[in-house]
Amino acid sequence: MAGELDTFPRLLLHHAQVRPDRPAIREKDLGIWQTWTWKQVEDEVRALACGLAAQGFKRGMSLAIIGENRPRLYWAMAAAQSLGGIPVPIYQDAVAQEMVYVFHNADIEYALVENQEQADKLLEIMPQCPQLKHIYFDDARGMRHYAQTELMSFDNLQAIGRDFDARNPEFFADEVAKGSSTDIASMFYTSGTTGNPKGVTHTHHALIAAGRAGAEMEGLDPSDEVLAYLPMAWIGQNIFSYTQSYVVGFCISCPESAETVGTDMREIGPTYYFAPPRVLEALLTQVSIRIQDLWWGGRKAYAFFMDLARRVGGKILDGEPVPLTDRLLYMLGNAFVYGPLRNVLGMSRVKVAYTAGEAIGPDLFVFYRSIGINLKQLYGSTETAVFVCVQPNGQVKSDTVGPPVKGVEVKVTESGEILIRSPGLFSEYHKNPEATAEAKDAEGWFHTGDAGYFDGDRHLKIIDRAKDVGRLADGTLFAPKYLENKLKFFPYIKEAVCYGHQRDMACAFINIDFEAVGNWAERRNQAYSGYADLGAQQPVYNLVRECVEKVNQDLAADPTLGGSQIHRFLILHKELDPDDGEITRTRKVRRGFIAEKYAPLVDALYGGKRECFIETQVRFEDGRTGSISANLQIADARTYPVEAAKKAA
Amino acid sequence: MQHARKIGEPILTVEGVSLSFGGVRALQDVSFDVREHEIRAIIGPNGAGKSSMLNVINGVYHPQDGKITFAGKVRHDVDPHEAAERGIARTFQSLALFKGMSVLDNIMTGRNLKMRANLLLQALRIGPALREEIEHRAAVERIIDFLEIQAYRKTPVGRLPYGLQKRVDLARALALEPRVLLLDEPMAGMNVEEKQDMCRFILDVNDQFGTTIVLIEHDMSVVMDISDRVVVLDYGRKIADGTPDAVRSNQAVIDAYLGVSH
Repeated sequence: MAGELDTFPRLLLHHAQVRPDRPAIREKDLGIWQTWTWKQVEDEVRALACGLAAQGFKRGMSLAIIGENRPRLYWAMAAAQSLGGIPVPIYQDAVAQEMVYVFHNADIEYALVENQEQADKLLEIMPQCPQLKHIYFDDARGMRHYAQTELMSFDNLQAIGRDFDARNPEFFADEVAKGSSTDIASMFYTSGTTGNPKGVTHTHHALIAAGRAGAEMEGLDPSDEVLAYLPMAWIGQNIFSYTQSYVVGFCISCPESAETVGTDMREIGPTYYFAPPRVLEALLTQVSIRIQDLWWGGRKAYAFFMDLARRVGGKILDGEPVPLTDRLLYMLGNAFVYGPLRNVLGMSRVKVAYTAGEAIGPDLFVFYRSIGINLKQLYGSTETAVFVCVQPNGQVKSDTVGPPVKGVEVKVTESGEILIRSPGLFSEYHKNPEATAEAKDAEGWFHTGDAGYFDGDRHLKIIDRAKDVGRLADGTLFAPKYLENKLKFFPYIKEAVCYGHQRDMACAFINIDFEAVGNWAERRNQAYSGYADLGAQQPVYNLVRECVEKVNQDLAADPTLGGSQIHRFLILHKELDPDDGEITRTRKVRRGFIAEKYAPLVDALYGGKRECFIETQVRFEDGRTGSISANLQIADARTYPVEAAKKAA
Repeated sequence: MQHARKIGEPILTVEGVSLSFGGVRALQDVSFDVREHEIRAIIGPNGAGKSSMLNVINGVYHPQDGKITFAGKVRHDVDPHEAAERGIARTFQSLALFKGMSVLDNIMTGRNLKMRANLLLQALRIGPALREEIEHRAAVERIIDFLEIQAYRKTPVGRLPYGLQKRVDLARALALEPRVLLLDEPMAGMNVEEKQDMCRFILDVNDQFGTTIVLIEHDMSVVMDISDRVVVLDYGRKIADGTPDAVRSNQAVIDAYLGVSH
């Protein structure tokens, strides 16, 4: 046997031997899908690795990889790993200056980039990063007039490599043989909203173990198809499109360009798919718009079948019993609505689809499941090589992320923080022992910083960041973001800010969605003069109250969080704005700041007042400041008795 | 601008061209030349005769006086079909695309002159016609890739935003593999970002394929940034000719653009 299959290069050689003619990677180029088999990929990687070696790339060195999903960039990962080096994929949309830190932190001397755009960035930062000596580029377009000696085309690099290989035929195999599963296989920089990014290092063993556990659970096989369309620098993309492809031997396809993903997806028909909620949302919006354009009969039929799907589609997918008439109707719908819909979405062949990254609205989640797409949530992070929890087939609930994957230990601390220990755990934060020590304790538990708990079925439920979770005065768990997300899933509510830590009840500030509520008001012939006026109207308050009460009703079913139902709320007179410091640029509400700024409102909520006067400074887009004032009314929402724990927890 | 390509001998020369429509004298005794591989701009205020000049070059209008020399051949007037066959392609200010046809088909029409198989074979898509079509399609795909319009291959042109339609128009002209490309206000009606993209494409075409480019534009800043030499027309007469810097500081040009008190 050719050694253990415990490093990526060995997996590559293995596939080249057992399935030499099976496709390994595809790319659409000049309108046609070009395919490379596993044998061809081995040859390409070998030439590239030898080229890098001839250029002085040695064990332990880092190779920066920057660009969209391209076969050659994937080969560069394998080539660096073959030589015992560490590929460091970097987000292709990062601006040049953002890359400087990474190049210093990882001591990067070699970089392989996609095109002129990326090469320009590296040339720009070169004076700041004197150690950077070699830049290789895939696409030669526009590069003809660059005279810098550091630059070399991918083709030339491979030509050097082939020459080197011919003179040192044993070299490549020897280098692969030297590799150990405990070597660092890759480094991923976490975006880091505060401070500098952290380089998360993973060994071959960690990535392969995580990828293998996921693949076994879902029964992936070499005939599976994946579309590689998310950034290579994101660990999920690496796991789904590189690690698991190498572990299982399935083929991945690189889209022609970022804009053609929709078409490419229809052409490839992936069987294994990942999409963050925002992508799923955008796809659904596209579908909805096109349905609006149908003639009325079509719209009616669509509404009828979607209603049916909502009732029984999920159950059919989970194999639960459904009345015969519904089952027959669903089959009819499948022929005329759901099937064509899946086809348009490029999801006809999807066996497993994952979503993760942020909370997904139940309606959105149920839509995909109801039309027969096996969409599931998973939980993980860069440090855990993605797979921590996955919803098992047939046991999918819209508000949990499922039980831990085989081999992963999860425990929840007293304070509600989730700790993880697994073979897929990261080694360390590169050159940052303090951060490593903080995140990973002596027993090897990784502190995620997320708060959650296990529900009655041992499914993990993520509720918030641990540092934001508080308790009501009576000790009930209070997770503001969880409540806010639930509120924001209603189209009429744009933002919500919940308070309750060490208080006797939870209360909320609401920002209405001006467009959605405005439309709603217009349809009812209800006049309004602007944002503040619309938000202050009684019918709008009633509309929002319904949403809040719906949330309370949901919460009542949850024994852990049921006590944190929202008792009182108010609708703010202005939209929360990053210019006023109320939310971050990435639209995260800054609860503490808002509580201080609107202290009278918070007092009014808890002081039992019916209304409250508030005056606020605002900054206009042109930089001028002004003030707006309003008399806000404060409304009560009905709360519901909390159900006792259904099953023994 | 730095160009690595070598600017060669004049490929197109216009000498003493005059054109009038009844009493309106659109062009009066205009002469200039265009050298191989250069980017040559014709600028001027509205009604200066820029589009007329372009139409004379590719044979849409026949001037009353003067001669045009293209690649060594002297003509008093040119036939548009002949101009196209000899390697002069153009784009239009008010786009002339087939709105209901896909982007791909629109660009394929640009290959029309290069198709050799007879109509019947083409209609049946057999034998040499099929081989030829594959070749042409490959050429068109290279242009699609070059202009980054892969996402719109199958989209009817009428559904595209204006900036992209302009790009398709350019693609169709490029499909002819022209020696000289005439661009009639390629940036008209575009926003800043679209203008920047278009500038980049024009420079890339010139650089990558060595295509000689004659462009009309009234956005001065764009022209000055990308052209090698500029001709300025005003009321049908040539008032200046030279490098962008020379033209910019020319008093006659400043007067024409800003107006003078009489």
